[in-house]
Amino acid sequence: MTISQLSTNHLLGIEHLQKADIEKIFATAEQFLEVINRPIKKVPSLRDVTIANLFFENSTRTKLSFQLAEKRLSADVINFSASSSSVNKGETLLDTVNNILSMKVDMVVIRHPSPGVPHYLSKHIQAHIINAGDGTHEHPTQALLDAFSMRQTLGDLRGKKIALIGDILHSRVALSNIFCLKKLGAHIEVCGPPTLIPKYIDSLGVRISYDLRSTLAWCDVANVLRIQLERQDQRFFPSLREYIRYYGIHLEMLNQLDKPIVIMHPGPINRGIELTSDVADSSHSIILDQVQNGVAVRMAVLYLLGTQLH
Amino acid sequence: MHNGKTILQSERFGLMIMRLCHEIMERNEAGDELYLIGIQTGGVLLAERIYDQLQGMKTDLTLKTGKLDITFYRDDYRRRKEPLQATATELDFLIEGKSVILLDDVLYTGRTIQAAMSAIQSFGRPARVELMVLVDRRFNRQLPIRPDYIGIQVDTPDESYVRVYWQSKDKMDKVRLYSKEISV
Repeated sequence: MTISQLSTNHLLGIEHLQKADIEKIFATAEQFLEVINRPIKKVPSLRDVTIANLFFENSTRTKLSFQLAEKRLSADVINFSASSSSVNKGETLLDTVNNILSMKVDMVVIRHPSPGVPHYLSKHIQAHIINAGDGTHEHPTQALLDAFSMRQTLGDLRGKKIALIGDILHSRVALSNIFCLKKLGAHIEVCGPPTLIPKYIDSLGVRISYDLRSTLAWCDVANVLRIQLERQDQRFFPSLREYIRYYGIHLEMLNQLDKPIVIMHPGPINRGIELTSDVADSSHSIILDQVQNGVAVRMAVLYLLGTQLH
Repeated sequence: MHNGKTILQSERFGLMIMRLCHEIMERNEAGDELYLIGIQTGGVLLAERIYDQLQGMKTDLTLKTGKLDITFYRDDYRRRKEPLQATATELDFLIEGKSVILLDDVLYTGRTIQAAMSAIQSFGRPARVELMVLVDRRFNRQLPIRPDYIGIQVDTPDESYVRVYWQSKDKMDKVRLYSKEISV
């Protein structure tokens, strides 16, 4: 059975993706999940496709996950990290990327600290671009794997209550999650200190809460985000200790809820800050499932965009 | 209906399934372990039918069935305008050192079988692989592939289309030949 192509040549963000695209990615990811649990976890789909992973910002999970997805699809992979490159010698972004592309690259996975970089590149270069996180803007594959994991646990997400807790202001994961989950029909509440909730975020159709306990009582899923101290150029709360006191999740809180709740975290976890160790390792947590699903979802995205290369 | 023609009716269809089962029994010793792997989607229906029939015949063969999806192994990926929707692979066993029969409904260019042969390598190195097809379009091959078990042979031009209907899915068993491809 054939399906239609994705509505886009690039995965720049969830905002401009259609619901049908998300469904296609999920349906394909289901099959890749089976592939990566086989004794031999590799399929030849992207043989003869070359993919460049350009990471202008630190990453462990996303970079490894993309590399693994690419290798499981038999693509040829080249890697680039800003920390060990000529970027430090004053080359412009477009020059760097064009140099890499002149080595005949078909797809580019890019992470960059500046919002909009993947979008800018898609207008200037031929290769298909996948955004692996651009500043505080979007992180589409993370949102897709989050929603995929939620659906695996809860079934259809229509009408489900999902809370995003923590540093919403600096989180590209939060924004992509909101776009993705809205398209799938879920209700969303963001929760955090008022200084870390962006102004006008209610215009995206989400609820706002400053009280952790009431949010936990409301939601089916709590997607907990890290405090991004590296992006905070000023103090948004008096002390980490105060943040933990008001917004840190501990196991006793969840046990008092008297209802099932799913705890998620895009990583890296700061144990003892946004959640305690016993929460991260509890039966509520699907954090490690998220990591496995991440490879399958990224394989699906690469595979479906790959069908558009001719 | 698209000027199609029935080339095999339900009674002869049943006899053919029976004959294919006898051929399997003839070629294998009692007590042999045999894995029937149906290629999605038509081959899966054939595999289930053969499996059920063999079980009913009280053979001494030890049988297992599985489903194989070959979408990710196709060599026409990126030559197609539209991607194929992958379906499930369900093989809950390893085929290392085992006898395997791959099953498909219609053998045409042979490219599906080529993809299936690379796909099953992900589940081990089988001792032997054989191919069973219900319909062999023998003059349309693009690769050197020959089935071991054949339902019927059909000689057709390239543009024609052969479709198998199944009792379990379409409420009747038959094989029809069309002058051009029809949408399912």
